[in-house]
Amino acid sequence: MSNITLVEAVSLALSYELEHDNDVVVLGEDVGINGGVFRATSGLAQKFGEDRVIDTPLAEAMIAGLTIGMATQGMKPVAEAQFMGFIYPMIEHIVCHAARFRNRTRGRLSCPLVIRAPFGGGIHAPEHHSESVEAIFAHIPGLRVVIPSSPSRAYGLLLAAIRDPDPVLFLEPKRIYRLVKEEVINDGEELPLDMCFELREGQDITLITWGSMVKETLEAADKLAQQGISAEVIDVATISPIDFDTIQESVKKTGRCVIIQEAAKHCSVGSEIAANLAENSLYSLMAPVKRVTGYDVIMPLFKLEKKYMPSVERILMAVNEVMEVS
Amino acid sequence: MATVASFNVDYIQYLSPTGDLVGNSIPAIAKDFKKLKSLYETMVMTRVFDAKAISLQRTGKLGTYASSLGHEAVHVGMGSAMRYEDVFAPSYREYGVQFCRGVKMSEVLLYWGGDERGSNFSGPPHDFPWCVPIATQNTHAAGAALSFKLRKEPRCTVSVIGDGGSSKGDFLEAINAASAFKLPMVLVIINNGWAISVPRKKQSKGQTLAQKGISGGLPSIQVDGNDLIAVHHEVKQALESARNGEGATVIEAITYRLGDHTTADDASRYRPDEEVENAKKYEPILRLRQYLMDNKQWSVQQENKLMEECSNKVEAAVKEYQSASKLPVTDMFDYMFAELPHDLAEQRQFALDLENKHNGAHK
Repeated sequence: MSNITLVEAVSLALSYELEHDNDVVVLGEDVGINGGVFRATSGLAQKFGEDRVIDTPLAEAMIAGLTIGMATQGMKPVAEAQFMGFIYPMIEHIVCHAARFRNRTRGRLSCPLVIRAPFGGGIHAPEHHSESVEAIFAHIPGLRVVIPSSPSRAYGLLLAAIRDPDPVLFLEPKRIYRLVKEEVINDGEELPLDMCFELREGQDITLITWGSMVKETLEAADKLAQQGISAEVIDVATISPIDFDTIQESVKKTGRCVIIQEAAKHCSVGSEIAANLAENSLYSLMAPVKRVTGYDVIMPLFKLEKKYMPSVERILMAVNEVMEVS
Repeated sequence: MATVASFNVDYIQYLSPTGDLVGNSIPAIAKDFKKLKSLYETMVMTRVFDAKAISLQRTGKLGTYASSLGHEAVHVGMGSAMRYEDVFAPSYREYGVQFCRGVKMSEVLLYWGGDERGSNFSGPPHDFPWCVPIATQNTHAAGAALSFKLRKEPRCTVSVIGDGGSSKGDFLEAINAASAFKLPMVLVIINNGWAISVPRKKQSKGQTLAQKGISGGLPSIQVDGNDLIAVHHEVKQALESARNGEGATVIEAITYRLGDHTTADDASRYRPDEEVENAKKYEPILRLRQYLMDNKQWSVQQENKLMEECSNKVEAAVKEYQSASKLPVTDMFDYMFAELPHDLAEQRQFALDLENKHNGAHK
């Protein structure tokens, strides 16, 4: 039991699974002796050897291809895409193969693999290092997409992702990699891959978010409490499949909803949640659903990065707008 | 100036287009007539099957089909060199390899007939299914080989790529992976001269495609892909070397695509007839039959009997294909995940209810 950060929780989960399942291997660029550019695999090569924690040549399509090839033969590879901005060469493999092997072969071959990728803005990184494109993957049938937002959820969800018999894209919000420390019990207990987490109970409005935006959303909820508005905060956590039951249940109670995401607005996960509420919860709603998102622009370099990101202020503006509808 | 490295690419042929043995070190299989006859039979069977598949497509009984006409030696040569426990990662026309490995003709037809069950075939359960996106099978094969290496299993992977596909990143990345990890695998470039309408010379100005393997320091050779003996022997040697921990080999097999790219293609739009007519002189079945006959191992009577047998087997396969059970609508949902997510279960139920409603209406 120890107080650890989100990135340390990733490392702890990898270590636990490497220790308890010989089929698990970790592979990627710089994941070996260096322990990964964010140190998510720190110490693992030293502990488990370079046959279990494998430094690969610098070729993302190859990493994805190797990962799939290993998974089809019964291994449980956990690959790292160094940054989500470098995941694009992997997409052909993820979409055309990882997501399809079970279906294509009627269950004869499957892909029990995980591809981890740090994503999102806010750390003053160079170009191509700050995008949030989870929606691209959430659109793909046959793929699970998971985004942890706290150390304990990172630990439990990553364990579940590795053990899941199907491919999981595990997106790590790097802005909150080291933001908070939390007590994580290293007991190998996994969390479900198809459930939202209710982070704060409330009566007046439902705030739905995931990833690094959980931070701003909780801060906004604190401010709202001071105004006398009781906000329920839900961390979606599993972007595909989404636990719509919990979301609908909450909206049924509060009658109001704001969705907060770092990603751009158009055709996003927030769009899907809003559409689902329109289809299923229209008569529970007392006001239109509102989305607080990144703008539909190229993610700016870091001088304007902060202006792109949804802020507590923008969340409060949206909530107040929604609360005003009577 | 100093030369820091130099390379060469050997070309290997044992059976000439006229059916004569050439060269000095003739491999043992050249005199193993029992085996050669059996492989010859598989080659002929593959060709008879191929012709039937095309006619099924032409008469609306099969979807688009990729013909293997002219590739029989390279396919059967590879397939017969592999062990059951090895893994084959195909592209989409290597039926000859797959027949050697137990895939049924009816299963090939099922796949091209629009039915996923074809890829749940009777061949080794660890073999990869057909792979339509070009070259991705090569990195999958590398991954499978890496898993064998890590588990210290004496198994290898064999993967193929075309002359067109050799231009793709995944093929080159697979070579690099095979090199970096010293993988037990064999990559066979099936150079049939054409990538749909684009000829080999437009893919690369390199003298050979085999030399792409040299970039990874892999033994890289060219073989006459219409020479069953050469393909079988060289793939077998490469597999033995891989199994002994000596790493991967790249083999460029020179053959010719005697048919269209697929049944949706019309090669006469871009390829001169004379080129095809000329290529027929070098085709693989003719020369092996000549060799067997010259050695008194094959006769016209045997040939006639074989053709009749092949025809009967192919007809039986077509019957099996056509009598496949109806595909339930729920099948498109049932293999998406090991366990169906909640929202998908709802869509499955909707599709099922709609189906039942339609079926009820028909009664």
